[in-house]
Amino acid sequence: MTSLPDQPSSKKLGLVIDLDICVGCHACAVNCKEWNTGGHMAPLTDLMPYGAEPTGVWFNRIHAFEVETVDADGTVVDSTAVYFPKSCLHCETAPCVTVCPTGASYKRPEDGIVLVNQDICIGCKLCSWACPYGAREYDEDEGVMKKCTLCVDKIYNENLAPESRVPACVSTCPAGARSFGDLGDPNSDVSRLVASRGGYELMPEQGTKPVNRYLPPRPKQPQHRKQAQRAIEDGEALAPRMLDHGADAAPAGVLARWADRVLSR
Amino acid sequence: MHPAKSVIFFTTASGAGYGLLVWLVVFTARGDLMPQAGFGLAAFGLAFALIVAGLLSSTFHLGHPERAWRAMSQWRTSWLSREGLSAIVTFLPTGLFAASWVLLGDVGPRAMQLGMLGAALSLLTVYCTAMIYQSLKPIPAWSNRWTAPAYLTLSLASGAVLLAALAALFGLDAAPVIAKVVLALLALGLVVKLAQWHSVLNAASMSTANSATGLGLEPGQRVRLVAAPHTEDNYLLKEMGFHIARKHADKLRRVATVFGFVAPFLLIATAIGIGMGTPTATALIITATALAAIGIVTERWLVFAEARHVVTLYYGEEAA
Repeated sequence: MTSLPDQPSSKKLGLVIDLDICVGCHACAVNCKEWNTGGHMAPLTDLMPYGAEPTGVWFNRIHAFEVETVDADGTVVDSTAVYFPKSCLHCETAPCVTVCPTGASYKRPEDGIVLVNQDICIGCKLCSWACPYGAREYDEDEGVMKKCTLCVDKIYNENLAPESRVPACVSTCPAGARSFGDLGDPNSDVSRLVASRGGYELMPEQGTKPVNRYLPPRPKQPQHRKQAQRAIEDGEALAPRMLDHGADAAPAGVLARWADRVLSR
Repeated sequence: MHPAKSVIFFTTASGAGYGLLVWLVVFTARGDLMPQAGFGLAAFGLAFALIVAGLLSSTFHLGHPERAWRAMSQWRTSWLSREGLSAIVTFLPTGLFAASWVLLGDVGPRAMQLGMLGAALSLLTVYCTAMIYQSLKPIPAWSNRWTAPAYLTLSLASGAVLLAALAALFGLDAAPVIAKVVLALLALGLVVKLAQWHSVLNAASMSTANSATGLGLEPGQRVRLVAAPHTEDNYLLKEMGFHIARKHADKLRRVATVFGFVAPFLLIATAIGIGMGTPTATALIITATALAAIGIVTERWLVFAEARHVVTLYYGEEAA
């Protein structure tokens, strides 16, 4: 059934991704591949994995962006690197669901997870055209569409310890940049996190009402901004900050200066 | 968007086939066409051959063609499902009308009622095809109110060109009036295409790299991709990131304009001037048909190849 649920559930499971914390290590993508290639939507086929142009199905991709600030002259005065993990946002009005001609693509009424029934998918790819986020990747080998399941086979798995019942990308993130929970409950931890940090939707103008939220990078601390400003005034804009090994540059204690003098003889 | 050959063939071939059916009904209703087994067999045969070949070809790009029948089930929400259903239903009245026309030579009121119903369903099928594309918000070039008018006009124009060619080959009395209708449709088709191109090229982009990432929204800020997530093209880049045609878009647009509309118009106008029924006029009309086919296939290839998808905003595009 590709109609969206008549009564949208109050439960909206999803992810909150903190762009201030993410270091771009790709561990979430790798663990996602590891879990899901044996999970609900298995396999995550790789084609020519050891060939010249390896390609394959991944549910999670980590892009790296740079946010530049330019002044009136067009000179870059500040720059920040932002690592940007992207996976299915489990949209409330998921266009990938309503375009499906067979009923293979569906949104679960009980928790809002968007899934594909691989047994009836005809592989027409229309859902991947309808998704603005590129969340769906076609499996050429199996001839069906695949996508993030929010680890539906992990989050409800009673054989796992309760703390492990979160998506693979969340449990593996070494930096704690990913949170999982019910974004339909305003009092859940994830909803509070989103409210406190100004979490936002991707491409709200597409009208998909995504459930996942992104937390913006925190603004740089004022002293770092000042440092960057000084470097620009000195004509060293954007030069990497290095330790200065010059003889009398850094202020040092009496003992250290004496040791330096003795050892320099 | 990657231009799948099967989908280009399907939309152009079945579009022309449905257009041909519509004109067979219209000119029969007007009394211009009288049942004649040879011509009927050729005309209805060509129309159904184009439609069936197109529908079959559209299943070739499926990962599981054997499950294609399932695509009929979700007509409540899916234009693709509506198209499949409409295509199947259309066979019934059009098939009966064709049988009555060709086998019985009967174009009485009951046959004409079936014909009119078939013509309406043919147009509905083409409209559903167009709406598959027009309803895709992430592809601004398609999510444009000119998409459905362009599909419908081109279906009617290409069907009329085919009917004019057959009428000329069979030396029908109706050939001149059909040729005049073709001239009007080619002019209309060109106007609609020019309007569509103008609208697509001048549309403001709804989504940008900023709205896609939520980054660089402060004044004086900009966001740019510094590293893609993967080294090789993945499915998304192969399917949505196709950009070969964009480089040549202007050239291809000229090919579509000249081959699809201008040259056939001039050739058919010349044929009318010379006098339909002469061998030269027939040769001109056959040439016009061949050129129009090249032009329309180029136009359809461009419709796919030129369209940008907003997912490319995550891969270095700044606006889509």
